[in-house]
Amino acid sequence: MEAIVQSFFNLEIIAASWPIVRAGLWNTVLLSLLVVPLGLLGGLMLALLASAKRPMIRWPLMAWVDFFRAFPPLVLLILLFAGLPFAGLELGGFVCVAIAFFLNTGAYYGEILRAGIDSVPAGQIEAARSTGLSRLQAMTYVVLPQAVRNVLPDLLSNTLEVVKLTALGSVVAVPELLYQARQAQSLTYNPTPIVVAAIIYFVMLWPVVRLLSRLENRAFAGR
Amino acid sequence: MNGPIVDARGLHKHFGALHVLKGVDLRVAERELVFVIGPSGSGKSTLLRCLNRLEEPSSGSVVVDGIDMLDPRTDINHARQRIGMVFQSFNLYPHMTALGNVTLALRKVAGKSRAQAEALGRAALERVGLADRAEHTPGQLSGGQQQRVAIARSIALEPRVMLFDEPTSALDPELVGSVLEVMRSLRESGMTMLVVSHEMGFARNAADRVVFMDEGAIVEEGPPAAIFETPAHERTRAFISQIQRH
Repeated sequence: MEAIVQSFFNLEIIAASWPIVRAGLWNTVLLSLLVVPLGLLGGLMLALLASAKRPMIRWPLMAWVDFFRAFPPLVLLILLFAGLPFAGLELGGFVCVAIAFFLNTGAYYGEILRAGIDSVPAGQIEAARSTGLSRLQAMTYVVLPQAVRNVLPDLLSNTLEVVKLTALGSVVAVPELLYQARQAQSLTYNPTPIVVAAIIYFVMLWPVVRLLSRLENRAFAGR
Repeated sequence: MNGPIVDARGLHKHFGALHVLKGVDLRVAERELVFVIGPSGSGKSTLLRCLNRLEEPSSGSVVVDGIDMLDPRTDINHARQRIGMVFQSFNLYPHMTALGNVTLALRKVAGKSRAQAEALGRAALERVGLADRAEHTPGQLSGGQQQRVAIARSIALEPRVMLFDEPTSALDPELVGSVLEVMRSLRESGMTMLVVSHEMGFARNAADRVVFMDEGAIVEEGPPAAIFETPAHERTRAFISQIQRH
């Protein structure tokens, strides 16, 4: 028992490593605030293009989405980090994570939003267009608000995954929560900082999980 | 005397192998109320939807209030403000209040300020007898009230012609009257109207002209009394007697 507390819940180690772990927490929050909107933006662009329904746009789009959904994000990230310097681009880990997430998670958000747009009856667009709204205006004011509401649980669930995936940044030396915790671990020769990081992830994401369950229950009850 | 408000000539529409409109000519004069009747699948709705280009006609010409609707140089979004359309399934925006439904195009297309749009929107709701329902969402309104809000959404833009695509078909019988009442008052205010509907009683005492369509073409047209009492074609006679049996 004593040994377990010493290795995993060591108060002295927590106190000593806290500044390092805290810096990581801050970076994870920053990274999430960057990659979630980026992914949503990418997804929105894909979904709007997909709603155009022109074969010339559709087929390349489907290939794009399929590719990035099938491609492991970790591999994508390492490939960008290792490959871009050869193309003359020294972008650093943070930017590589942003690009990789834009590509990977954008494809997921795009599929969710596309399903949301498809769930809005065609009569809504027809009514809007018949009053003179342009296609983009009809999308913005009539279709998207309903589409987002219809797929809110899926959007939230994907966002949860995205925040968890920011831990991948540790592989390319982005000083986010996991990376910093491992730094602290190797400095102190003690795994306690990893436990601290795990608890932080849980405390950060558990409220979102609860909210998601409530939304899903409500959607289920609404049927 | 001005030319007709709606002037469609030689309209053809193909959906793949399906030939839905087979050379339809239709003119609607200012202040005229024209009823279009015919069996389902006869192309009535498609005809209406070709007039504001919700459907792209395969060939022919459509001129509404002097604007060539099929000319690629025509600003279709501007032209559509002049053509109100009411749908069978209302198609109100469920995430907005009645007033929000009515003011959206006023603000985003007609370029009115929020205050101007709300004043015009409330006036339009007043005209359909729903001034006290402005803050209700469609889910809180009956079918008849929803359809009246949909009419208000169109008339708020002061269109030159109103197209009605089976406006009462989705309503419970006891709610039909309120919608027809609004249509009657619109007609009395001088609105030009083109109505696809099977409300024969309304057609009889409100329509100037009834057009009978079958299999994508106009079979005959004339004053309601003539079409209903003494139709010239066998197909018209068969259709009328079928409808009146109900």
